[in-house]
Amino acid sequence: MSTLTLPARAEHDASLRRLPWQRMAWITWRQHRLTLAGVVALLGVAAAYLLITGLQMHDAYAAVAACRPHSDICGQAATNFLDTYAPGVGWVLGLMQVIPALIGAFACAPVLARELETGTYRYAWTQGFGRARWTIAKLVPLALAVTIAAGAFSVLVAWYVQPIFAAGDNNGPLYPTLFDLLGIALAAWTLTAFAIGVLAGVLIRRVIPAIFATLAGWAGLAFVTGLFLRPHYAAPVVTSSADIPAQAWLINQGWFRGGTPASLDMINSTLARVDVRALTPELFQPGPATPASLGDPGQYLIQHGFTQLTTYQPAGRFWPFQLIEGSWLLALSVVLIAATVWVVRRRAA
Amino acid sequence: MNVIESNGLGKRYGANWALRECSLAIPDGHVVALVGPNGAGKTTLLNLTVGLTTQTAGVVTVLGGLAAGSRGALDGIAFVAQDTPLYRNLSAADMLHVTRNLNRHFDDRYARARLAELGIALDRKAGKLSGGQQAQLALTLALARRPELLVLDEPMAMLDPLARHDFMATVMTAVADHGVSVVLSSHVLAELERVADYLVLMSGGSVQVAGEVEQLLASHRVLTGPASEAAAYTERLNVVYARRGEAQAHLLVRTDGMTDQAPPGWEVHPVSLEELTLAYMRDPGAAALPGPARAALAQPMEATN
Repeated sequence: MSTLTLPARAEHDASLRRLPWQRMAWITWRQHRLTLAGVVALLGVAAAYLLITGLQMHDAYAAVAACRPHSDICGQAATNFLDTYAPGVGWVLGLMQVIPALIGAFACAPVLARELETGTYRYAWTQGFGRARWTIAKLVPLALAVTIAAGAFSVLVAWYVQPIFAAGDNNGPLYPTLFDLLGIALAAWTLTAFAIGVLAGVLIRRVIPAIFATLAGWAGLAFVTGLFLRPHYAAPVVTSSADIPAQAWLINQGWFRGGTPASLDMINSTLARVDVRALTPELFQPGPATPASLGDPGQYLIQHGFTQLTTYQPAGRFWPFQLIEGSWLLALSVVLIAATVWVVRRRAA
Repeated sequence: MNVIESNGLGKRYGANWALRECSLAIPDGHVVALVGPNGAGKTTLLNLTVGLTTQTAGVVTVLGGLAAGSRGALDGIAFVAQDTPLYRNLSAADMLHVTRNLNRHFDDRYARARLAELGIALDRKAGKLSGGQQAQLALTLALARRPELLVLDEPMAMLDPLARHDFMATVMTAVADHGVSVVLSSHVLAELERVADYLVLMSGGSVQVAGEVEQLLASHRVLTGPASEAAAYTERLNVVYARRGEAQAHLLVRTDGMTDQAPPGWEVHPVSLEELTLAYMRDPGAAALPGPARAALAQPMEATN
């Protein structure tokens, strides 16, 4: 046999065509169809619930909406409707906050962690397909699948809550537990949970710890976003007017005097003159000596040099906020998934 | 062509060198036994060879100069890892399908015929197969890829003697029929002694012995003689290992082709591969690399046959 030199072999290497991507399609489907079925089942059960209770709620609202002429009676009907349905809707949507986390942790974190934990990566990464492309070919379709499923689900959520908005509920679409489930946010959060899950899986290499890390990572990010990021996507409106637009997202409301925040003590010392106690800056308790003519203690405070400043985001900013949050979550997800592929490439087994 | 060639290869995990200064040149066409105690660095060397791990120092090339883990290397090397990992919830047929899709070459007819011979039902989940059948399935998948080099890491550790025999029979049939080069690691030489014609002995993260079995056996002898004279010979001869009883001493000596003339009162015996391996394993410090590996290293790029 003749001597083979390095360059000749390198050319041989380059002359090998990469295996086509579609070779991985069946494999990804075969290995993860149960996972996808689990995601569909989770969303399906939630969707069935929304559909059944939602139809009932839509029926009830149809009666309210048909109320003519607009009068106090109709206003009362709307209030009754909200009293009946809004608390339940609040609970249901509150529970549904965890949908992206459940998908990310239980469906996505094991995708790579299980290969690493059981050792099958030593089979998969030594096949001709190549491990980086193997990873991409697995992650991209799965990411698309869970994102689209979540996106479809959020359309149903939008239909579900529509009567509550229409009946004039105080909480608008920017309200934290609603914003996450509407528009593109649910899809974006699900994609992000997927990305957190696969990266945690490849870094931690064990299924159960990766699941917990994903839950923790998602919870931390959702918390920071809701509390510190989302209120600042656009400069909030600050007003001393008591007339806050309907369904605005109230971020902060407080009493001021002389340009500085007023303490409860300051409020109480003023209200003591009319024998009213402020339990909180918004909740007042009249005493036996309160004059019947007092009216709203808030007005009394305003007349005596206090200002009530309200910081809010108007409901009309829903779509710009959705686009901002969707964009950076998408960018973050792409970075996390790219990092996952990079770790697979670099990972010393 | 050298199927595996390394120079100064090292791999460090944290502060520990799992493999250090490993220089090897294994020509093709052999069944190579990679032997050494647990922790000698066998798995690390194999992981580097198949591209699962990247080295900390040195170079390793495969199949005549391809970078380990490159496209051509992945294409030409089939690897069966320790404990023969398979997707437990996939059937044997699914495993064939997966492996066919992941590789450029896959001999489906061969794979199905092998599984039929072995009595492995195609619809049986891999996780439900016996240990021996799982190993056979993993081996069949590897061989159906028609690799130039088959790398097996401790393939028989979990198998009973009958399954070991069947496993090696499959390997040797592939060697005979398709001329595949094979590297098998084991911490038990006995299971490889009958089949291996090339030995690489590792200890403490480096290569201690490397060479064709025939040459190794030809260049070593056991001398048996009076224990009282042993000390004198130990100084003069290249003694790998000495075992002294009260009356008699056994010296395993590297003769490197020197004459077999025994000193008066001493007997010369040929050495078995197992004796030779055990002797080197008992004394990891004493052993120099026997000739073949050194000669090959002097001209690393030259084809050996």
